[in-house]
Amino acid sequence: MRRHHHLLPALLAATTAAIALTGGDGPAWAAREAGTAVATAGPPRLGAVARPGGGAATVVVGSKNFEESRLLGEMFAQLIEARTRLRVQRRLGLAGTQICFEALKGGAIDVYPEYTGTGLVSILGQSAGAGGKSETLRRVRAEFLARWNLWWIAPLGFENAYEIAVPGALARSEHLATLSDLARIAPRLRAAFGHEFLERDDGLPGLAHTYGIRFKSVQAMQETLKYQATRAGGVDVLDVYTTDARLLLYHLTVLRDDRGFFPPYEAAPLVRGATLAVHPELGAALGLLAGAFDEDAMRRLNLRLQEGKESEVTVARDALAALGLVPPAPPPPGTPALSGNPANPTNQANPQGARPGRRRPAGVAAILWRDRAALAHRVWTHLGLCAVALLAGALIAIPLGLYLERHRRGAEPVIGLLGLIQTVPSLALLAFMIPFLGVGALPAVAALWLYSLFPMVRNTYTGVRDADPRAVEAATALGMTPGQVLREVRLPLAAPVLMAGVRTAAVITVGTATLAAFIGAGGLGEPIVTGLQLANTGMILSGAIPAAALALLVDLALAAVERAVRPAGLDSAGARGKTAAANDG
Amino acid sequence: MWADGTLALAGVSFTVAAGETLALVGESGSGKTTLLRLFNRLVEPTTGEARVAGKPVSGVDPIALRRRIGYVPQDGGLLPHWRVARNVELVPRLLGWDRRRRGERAREMLELVGLDPATHAGRYPAELSGGQRQRVAFARALAADPTVVLLDEPFGALDALTRLELHRQFLELKRRLAKTTVLVTHDLGEAFRLGDRIGVMRSGRLLQLGRPEELVAAPANDYVRELLALRGGLPSQLPPPAPAPPATGAAGPPPPAPSPPDAQTPPPPAHSTAGTRIPPPPGTTTTTATTAGSPAAGDRGTPPPQR
Repeated sequence: MRRHHHLLPALLAATTAAIALTGGDGPAWAAREAGTAVATAGPPRLGAVARPGGGAATVVVGSKNFEESRLLGEMFAQLIEARTRLRVQRRLGLAGTQICFEALKGGAIDVYPEYTGTGLVSILGQSAGAGGKSETLRRVRAEFLARWNLWWIAPLGFENAYEIAVPGALARSEHLATLSDLARIAPRLRAAFGHEFLERDDGLPGLAHTYGIRFKSVQAMQETLKYQATRAGGVDVLDVYTTDARLLLYHLTVLRDDRGFFPPYEAAPLVRGATLAVHPELGAALGLLAGAFDEDAMRRLNLRLQEGKESEVTVARDALAALGLVPPAPPPPGTPALSGNPANPTNQANPQGARPGRRRPAGVAAILWRDRAALAHRVWTHLGLCAVALLAGALIAIPLGLYLERHRRGAEPVIGLLGLIQTVPSLALLAFMIPFLGVGALPAVAALWLYSLFPMVRNTYTGVRDADPRAVEAATALGMTPGQVLREVRLPLAAPVLMAGVRTAAVITVGTATLAAFIGAGGLGEPIVTGLQLANTGMILSGAIPAAALALLVDLALAAVERAVRPAGLDSAGARGKTAAANDG
Repeated sequence: MWADGTLALAGVSFTVAAGETLALVGESGSGKTTLLRLFNRLVEPTTGEARVAGKPVSGVDPIALRRRIGYVPQDGGLLPHWRVARNVELVPRLLGWDRRRRGERAREMLELVGLDPATHAGRYPAELSGGQRQRVAFARALAADPTVVLLDEPFGALDALTRLELHRQFLELKRRLAKTTVLVTHDLGEAFRLGDRIGVMRSGRLLQLGRPEELVAAPANDYVRELLALRGGLPSQLPPPAPAPPATGAAGPPPPAPSPPDAQTPPPPAHSTAGTRIPPPPGTTTTTATTAGSPAAGDRGTPPPQR
């Protein structure tokens, strides 16, 4: 009969390959870190695994998921590469302050750019107080050192504060200059703020409290979408960063913080003390950036990223070269494409893509074609994450389902609990993983694994429980042992239901894995995350469309497996059965 | 003949002679299926015991016991993902017969139940008619040559014509193989056709046990009388059971039957007759059930907790 047993070995082979693959990281640094050793002190963390056999040590540079943070992270990385013997692994674009900070504390990364005000208010939970720049820096330095042995290296010279902006026209017509002015007419205004701003003490809660501001409506909106919504007239008030180039491009007026609510937000490298102890040269290299940029300089650099769609690799190199910190030579045409690059990593070889100020981002098809090598790698990474999670999930879920079928009293509570996990928002689950598993592939796989359990446990349980009771009884009555009944009757009969569970889990996993990019696991989520930061629809689609296609293909492939494992006797009850009935004697 | 009447709370005691077919008849919920399941330990009695070949089944490993006992449920209970041949070979395979012997056995059994092995052995149960499936179930039950065969409404789900055909074949098998058989049915006509003796069950009690003509001649109580009366022209439908000549005539005269069941001593328990098709000497006990209450044989006759 049609038994596609050859599918199983193929699946296994793919999975094995995937395991090998996700052991590494994003596509770009995969080559770089080959045969290197990580020198973070303390217990080795999973995000920065020591690799035997290498000469130089590796430090891991992280960043948050907006342009300036990525740019600063890339600068740190290039500077370290140029000025020390250390190798650098990049974990750029981690989702937000909490994830970066937890990753640093746990040793998954060694350094990332942070802002002193954020450290004071968001991380330490203190109020801004009356202190100026130096007072804020002093406080965070002392506290971070005492609590976590984390070091604030010399500030980079600019502040990137949270500020509140309104469209220029509105500011003129309503005579708005300060936040106190804003409070006066706020009940008539629609506000849109970034997700983080809505939650932070130095964000909306504190702001509303200090100024007594109450808006007509408040929407949570992704960074770049806020600007577009404001231009379209759907939003009157938004939070901005001092150094955001879009302040100019979108004709926004920044309102003065007349009650001194916002703390100073000096940018500075935040480094693990344990790493500094082993590699003091790291601190020396990063110290070279002290006071290197003022707000204007930073805004210009951000402009190149935000509107020029240049890659942070290029912009960082240009900035460092201008300071004389790295050689100015342009990288060779074969520069490896960074996964998650904002755009066009090879723009030196492609003058059209390098043109600054190019307004229209490339279309989806163009992006997909241009980045086809990166795309293939992302698909592969994506599949790897999913396959490992799914395989590990099946290894637990199927035996668990069988166990629960034997011990039914525990079934409902356990399945209910797994169902509960299913309701935890994916990003939250990913964030929970960071303190334990660091950043990168491992926490992503762990989260996907958790999500995959429920459908597989449930379907195994119900499939085996409800397997044709008459056949099961007859098999028992004729002397099969319970084990034989399970292996020879219940499992084969439950196979279609069981496979349907695996299929559901697979589709969930492939879909959810796009979020893994938020914690640096790579995959098809990377262009989505980056595209969101850049408001580049083409880039978002260049991740979203392949992800959807992949989910569809995986579903189809597993449907074929489902048909293959369906016992042959179960689907032939149709016409042949009827004809047989007709000539029964 | 040897029935110990009825006691409170499903006190049931009877013996099935070797080679004999005992038909247990009763409404659904009367406890007849539960009683049947005592023999292969699908149900364990709370008190009392079931014996097969003279030995209490509680002392026998249930797996080994079941492999020695044929079993046919109402719907055949064939494994839908196995072809007919594999289904028939089930018990021989469990017993470790080699492949060749199993295959021969399966062919032999299919022929025995009137199915052509060449056309049917390779089919899946879903490709067979209900009657064919039930034949396969019989072939499977008999494949390892069990001493005792338990039949739980084996013809219950078949249409009337197929049922009659299978009745005919059952009687043929019975004549040739002489297995000790317990047949559970809710169809009194079937019980009369197929059973050497008939046990009437109600509410977990065995109301009467006797040869068909004995039941007709001397119903033990009103329920049995009404049950027989309900069947109107019953005696005319009776086939000529070999050992019961008086039952042929329409509403024939009562046979010189013993008085209603009393507590006669059963014949001495005897050795197993496994592995032989020679009818054992009359009076040899092979199957006994004595129960003063099994978990599911209570008044309501709730189905036993299975699985």
